[in-house]
Amino acid sequence: MSPQDASQAVGAPGSTVAPIVAPIVAVNDFVVKFANVNGSGSASANQLFAKAILRMGIPVTPRNIFPSNIQGLPTWYEMRISDKGHMGARLGTDLMVAMNPQTWDEDVKSIRPGGYLFYDNTKPMPASKFRTDITVVGMPLTSFTNAAYSVPRERQLFKNIIYVGALSALINIDPTVIEGLLADQFKGRDKLIAANHKALHMGRDYALAHLPCPLGLTLVPSDKVGDRIFIDGNAAAALGALYGGATVCAWYPITPSSSLAEAFISYCARYRTDKETGKKRYGIIQAEDELSSIGMVIGAAWNGARAFTATSGPGISLMSEFIGLAYFAEIPAVIFDVQRSGPSTGMPTRTQQSDIAICAYASHGDTKHPLLIPEDPHECFVFGAAAMDLADRLQTPVFVMLDLEIGMNERLTAPLTWDDNRRMDRGKVMTSEELQAGRVFGRYLDVDGDAISYRTYPGTHPSKGSFFTRGTSRDEFARYTEAGDAYQRNMERLLKKWNTAKTLMPPAIRTDAGTLTKYGVIFYGSTSPAIPEAAELLAQQTGVVLDQLRIRAFPFGPEVEKFIDAHETVFVVEQNRDAQMRSLLINELEANPKKLVRVLHYNGEPITAEFIAQAIAAHTNPTPVREAAE
Amino acid sequence: MTYLPKPKMHHPDLPKNALGFTRRDYEGPISTLCAGCGHDSISAAIIRACFELDLPPHRIAKMSGIGCSSKTPSYFLGNSHGFNSVHGRMPSVLTGANLANRELLYLGVSGDGDSASIGFGQFSHSIRRGVNMTYIVENNGVYGLTKGQFSATADRGAKNKRGVANMDEAIDMIGIAIQLGATYVARSFSGDKGQLVPLIKGAMQHNGAAFIDCISPCVAFNNHDGSTKSFDYVREHNEAVNFLDVIVGRDEITVDYEPGTTEIVRQHNGSLLKLRKLANDYDVTDRVAAMNFLETRKARGEIVTGLLYVDADAEDMHGYMETHDKPFNAMTDAELVPGAAALAKLNASLR
Repeated sequence: MSPQDASQAVGAPGSTVAPIVAPIVAVNDFVVKFANVNGSGSASANQLFAKAILRMGIPVTPRNIFPSNIQGLPTWYEMRISDKGHMGARLGTDLMVAMNPQTWDEDVKSIRPGGYLFYDNTKPMPASKFRTDITVVGMPLTSFTNAAYSVPRERQLFKNIIYVGALSALINIDPTVIEGLLADQFKGRDKLIAANHKALHMGRDYALAHLPCPLGLTLVPSDKVGDRIFIDGNAAAALGALYGGATVCAWYPITPSSSLAEAFISYCARYRTDKETGKKRYGIIQAEDELSSIGMVIGAAWNGARAFTATSGPGISLMSEFIGLAYFAEIPAVIFDVQRSGPSTGMPTRTQQSDIAICAYASHGDTKHPLLIPEDPHECFVFGAAAMDLADRLQTPVFVMLDLEIGMNERLTAPLTWDDNRRMDRGKVMTSEELQAGRVFGRYLDVDGDAISYRTYPGTHPSKGSFFTRGTSRDEFARYTEAGDAYQRNMERLLKKWNTAKTLMPPAIRTDAGTLTKYGVIFYGSTSPAIPEAAELLAQQTGVVLDQLRIRAFPFGPEVEKFIDAHETVFVVEQNRDAQMRSLLINELEANPKKLVRVLHYNGEPITAEFIAQAIAAHTNPTPVREAAE
Repeated sequence: MTYLPKPKMHHPDLPKNALGFTRRDYEGPISTLCAGCGHDSISAAIIRACFELDLPPHRIAKMSGIGCSSKTPSYFLGNSHGFNSVHGRMPSVLTGANLANRELLYLGVSGDGDSASIGFGQFSHSIRRGVNMTYIVENNGVYGLTKGQFSATADRGAKNKRGVANMDEAIDMIGIAIQLGATYVARSFSGDKGQLVPLIKGAMQHNGAAFIDCISPCVAFNNHDGSTKSFDYVREHNEAVNFLDVIVGRDEITVDYEPGTTEIVRQHNGSLLKLRKLANDYDVTDRVAAMNFLETRKARGEIVTGLLYVDADAEDMHGYMETHDKPFNAMTDAELVPGAAALAKLNASLR
């Protein structure tokens, strides 16, 4: 077919243009991407689509790619469907659902050769806007929807359901699964359920009658989802804080962390409101800024409540002075940092792991802070609760380092579990009875040899155990002093407490290649899902195998040093420009910088397995040209 | 500065309050501020107010920021927990502490630099939220610890020690506090203990955000001719609108006042504010009239003092938020953790 023919064909209702390259044929293993306009109601339709695939037992990993905007700018919803369970991002789109004329050119370009384009052909488009190496499937969505609905809002919302219906026919999604999801979503609102069913089947019936169903990309029911749940990291972290016993949350809205505090608000309303009186067993304040939110957290924790804030990089910058106070005065605090691309405002709706260094050493003077680094929503929950215990036990600020990729995307993750016998570890708190019995109380006295001192909550005892908290230097009994030796003793004790922290942090997880290798890879956080796939690709393409170490916390345990020592070359994979974790490894472990090879991805998009494999392959097997140059 | 405990020895006949404490039990270590500093008089007034109100010292939390005024909590209430936080940020720390345990009495001590300059935002927002606290600004118009720079409450045209005039408009913390919803607002002068002690007592008996702007001359840097915060200037321009007497619930109430000259306001906790009127046209419960009165008198160069506004039935932050009566810091796992069964149910809804 000549381009001329194509231009006529693509304008016709229900048209399909066959490509010059053989169409991709894949079952349960492809990438679908929806290009939408922000604020058009597409998000819920796209989520419905993803959940339907999950209910068919096929693992799917969606990603929201969205601008810093409320209405009108382009957004994408990308879904990686992988029966093998690969959850990292993958480059290239197999099926593009192009619903946004603004991004048409870019969207069409991103389709892999042999891939598919689904679009609204209500208005004819010139042939130059298409490619000849893809299958083009046109459906007159707008005219079709407008014929069926007259209310503008209905037209917009049902258009989304109609395309979900059409796609269900094109890639073999069981419509009864979608019906079930709609019934769950609109429980009790039968009219809405019926209206959505109608739209779904209108789209589906149209596709079955006019479009080449199914495409080369198809889904067949599978059993790879298991008992996993579908939740985003921010919601899971909020649940972790709830289960960890947090009663105070003070926050200031900032992307991508706001939904963490908002999830905490809704979970608290559900689980922490007294049924009879309506009284709340929580206090949440949307503060006037980040300085105030961390101040409130520190005040509450000083007074014995479990408290946290959620923020992103700019918030950490603002909180730094207070973080130093909490470190020096030894007050627990939990800070969820959902990282985004910095510095400054950077790319506020794109992901990055670029707050590692600032959080590890936040504030002026000599300071160090424990970090917990979850890889997925399940671990956000686990670490969210653990952070509450750790902060109380260590009497210091503890950071939970999420990023936008984990925080704001729903992810298939292990179900959340809780041991009902677990109790909050409130750390060393001296009681009124102990004080009455004559126990010596020195707020900064190391009585147990672990450098953690006892504290008292205000109001504990009428005449014993009160002390003055300050950011200035003081002696073991919290008395102000500018004596250099007393100051230095205290700083040494804080360093000793750091060593205690090393024994309490979750250890790094090592996965060996199975055969002896001189290569190791260190990674953390949202890089995690791309690593097994990267290792697989690397082994296939180059024969190089990798031992893997996933860092879950800072300070590092001995296993990290051991891993580095055991390998000749260790790749440190990070999503920032300056190799921040690598710097921590060098700084804290005195690791040999020459052994630690940077693999850095920081364009704001999630890191892919292909990128990692290529970067490592380039290092392990340099091309002849490069050898010659060297 | 060093830490100097006061000698424990004291006169055996010192009067005791209902809890059996003497005034000395409300004191702290010796002050390290300059001799004659107005702030020390305010500390003494706080000690006296707490003694007279029979407050258990350990049930008071004293919070401050940074500066001369913020140092003072070290020098009173030695049996109370104290928190000297970071510059301008006392209000947020106090707010968090108050959330954690609503049963303690929160005393925030700050200065004009701490609350009107660097901490103006936190001051404002803590007032807006109705945090149940007694917030005292020890207002001297200058930064003492850094040797006499103007703060944001220095009057336009006021001169510093070297004779240089301040060019910026002054922030009137009283006007701001009333506007932002403080429910007990007073101004006083550190040189007038008779006026100040009952104002502090009334604030401590108030349920809600109580704010006291206490002019407290800096003897080192702002007590000269040309200053509008010197002892002499404040004495000459001080116009008290009323004189307060605080009667706590358990005292027998005998009403012996001449109608029209004395007003009684009953606060939420049952305490009575007995106000002897000095300005007949002043109504302490009328917020808009108070603002108008204050602006009018300010334009005449008067420093209006006394109890300036009170809403006796005010709600506090916990009231607005409908928080549980039990302090958060005493809640157990059973009260806070929804448990495994709830989580299993939640998991089921996420598939």
